[in-house]
Amino acid sequence: MNNLHVATPEIFLLVAVCTVLVVDLFQTDKRRVVTYWLSQATLVITLALCFGQLGDEPVTAFNGAYTMDSMSATLKCWILGIALLGFLYSRDYIGERDIQNGEYYVLGLFGVGGMMIMVSANNMLSIYLGLELLALSLYAMVALYRTSSRAAEAAMKYFVLGALASGMLLYGMSMVYGATGSLDLATINNIIASAVEGGSDSDESVYRSLGARFGLTFIIVGVAFKLGAVPFHMWLPDVYEGAPTSVTLYIATAPKIAAFAMVIRLLVDALPTLHSDWQQMLAILAALSLIVGNLVAIAQSNIKRMLAYSTISHVGFLLLGIVAGTAEGYSAAMFYAVTYAFTTLAAFGVLLAISANGYEADELVSLSGLARRKPLLAMVMMLSLISLAGVPPLVGFYAKLSVLKAVIGADFLWLAVVGVIMSVIGAFYYLRAIKLMYFDEPIADTVEVSETVGTDTTKDNEAIVTSAPSLSGPIAVRGDVGLGLAINGAAVILFGIFPGLIMAACIRAFT
Amino acid sequence: MITLSHYLALGAILFCFSVVGIFLNRKNVIILLMSIELMLLSVNMNFVAFSRFLGDGAGQIFVFFILTVAAAEAAIGLAILVVLFRNRQTINVGDLDELKG
Amino acid sequence: MGGALITAGRFIGPSNPNAEKNSPYECGFEAFEDARMKFDVRYYLVAILFIIFDLEIAFLVPWAVVLDSISPAAFGAMALFLFILVIGFIYEWKKGALEWE
Repeated sequence: MNNLHVATPEIFLLVAVCTVLVVDLFQTDKRRVVTYWLSQATLVITLALCFGQLGDEPVTAFNGAYTMDSMSATLKCWILGIALLGFLYSRDYIGERDIQNGEYYVLGLFGVGGMMIMVSANNMLSIYLGLELLALSLYAMVALYRTSSRAAEAAMKYFVLGALASGMLLYGMSMVYGATGSLDLATINNIIASAVEGGSDSDESVYRSLGARFGLTFIIVGVAFKLGAVPFHMWLPDVYEGAPTSVTLYIATAPKIAAFAMVIRLLVDALPTLHSDWQQMLAILAALSLIVGNLVAIAQSNIKRMLAYSTISHVGFLLLGIVAGTAEGYSAAMFYAVTYAFTTLAAFGVLLAISANGYEADELVSLSGLARRKPLLAMVMMLSLISLAGVPPLVGFYAKLSVLKAVIGADFLWLAVVGVIMSVIGAFYYLRAIKLMYFDEPIADTVEVSETVGTDTTKDNEAIVTSAPSLSGPIAVRGDVGLGLAINGAAVILFGIFPGLIMAACIRAFT
Repeated sequence: MITLSHYLALGAILFCFSVVGIFLNRKNVIILLMSIELMLLSVNMNFVAFSRFLGDGAGQIFVFFILTVAAAEAAIGLAILVVLFRNRQTINVGDLDELKG
Repeated sequence: MGGALITAGRFIGPSNPNAEKNSPYECGFEAFEDARMKFDVRYYLVAILFIIFDLEIAFLVPWAVVLDSISPAAFGAMALFLFILVIGFIYEWKKGALEWE
């Protein structure tokens, strides 16, 4: 029970979530103002606690099951910050629809708890528990929109494939456990390293390295499912499209950071001796993700689906950094994960802002003429999309550059070539969306683009316009949401010009 | 004499059944949930067998946690199933086609 | 002793059987009918709620068996665990999930 203080942020967060859950029960206000502010306060305090840990020496707690190192402290801060902005953007969207408000925040906080545990896990058991806490919260969040049959279908698909993925991961873990007799990542590393060095001298080391390789295959499949890498990506577009946009925002951002941390813990911390084995597998996954993600995204007319395929292609880039197998590559991948998360956050934040007033902005055409309707939203969306396309001087450019540099440094020239060609092709669909926003007329009000959501349930709420939503008029954005989006957009530029601000922490994490 | 490899073979067979059950099943969502449960149980079989033959308790602890998570997963799966049924009036896997995927 | 109790119960206990009482008991169903009938959605709800408390036993029993030889911290940990379960219970109670109708 030493070093319990290492887990202070998580302990605080989970205690606070339980409190929020109980307080929420006694709320009568439909829009859950108290729950919302309590959730935000929880995130802010947890963020402050994590911030305090930033420069600390690495320590482990709970008999080595839990660790606080430079990587976990940095990633936790980002996860919390992104969740905070995500709640801010989602507030009006879920407030208007018949989505259970309180549960959204509580499940979101539980998910954040799961991610923090994944990031800090130093033992296969704690990785699994963190992963499941996150995954179970996500399944429930997708299904929260109870009157939408698309959301229910998306939740079912997500649930089945997600459970399949954790099953695969667990099977791999059981094999690695059998080969090494330990769940602790560092011990696994030591035992496998000595077994591989022993080569074919003794039966025992042959069994050990064989079992570990067998388990590794399943672990890679499980991780690829969770990340959404091709060919294990089939759940991702459906979930993005079917889930309520606020939940899509949540799924698309912070969990990617946590998934990155999980890959690092499992592959780099526990199985670095099998590097040449997993490097090959990840290289194939990365190349396929880049190709399929970018090519299929062009054909999409639904913007959430388009962003889903764009996610797949960015997962490919993220994997490139890990394929490189050097400290430089890992820090590039970490930089990629963090910047990708907050760039996508801005894009979905804009979608949520457009979706206000009962209108569901999920078709690409609903972006038409956005520059005329609300310049701020169009600006933030443009910055985010250009950054995702990888145009300098925005942050996405530097992220791609550092990943490609690392992969070339590891003699994977063909992968780098695939990456560059595909990001050029990918730029097409991002630019198409920008053209819609800046050069096209807003669509006429008479065109029925998408299902509109009944506003009668929120009639007594003065903030809601009860008339039919206008698709061409100006969009009203709440002050705090506008401020959040502006900060988010500014971050995309700022960190693009000064990438060292994030990169320094990423490099420190892997030295 | 039953050796470790017998247990592992059983675990592997159960695991294959569950994967086949998930991918080949075109009828009923409840069968999907059962396959998922079977998959977790086959992993448990592996863990217990390894734990016994290695003389290390950690594997059995892991099994406890897998059981708990499996229960929570089943609860969420059933809940999603109920929501799906209320919206669609069917739990046929083939009818899950509103999202093209 | 067992035999004596059974015999005593047979003779001393009140006995006025009717058709309903003599039929085999199966909770919620007629005992003999098509097993493929649809379940009421409420059964799933109860099943979901039950699973959570079902699993608590899996943790409680091993803990209770070794209670003598473990530290007071383990007692506190279990108290904390049960407290968290109670929060879940309060939640479902207040949400009205325990109302049958």
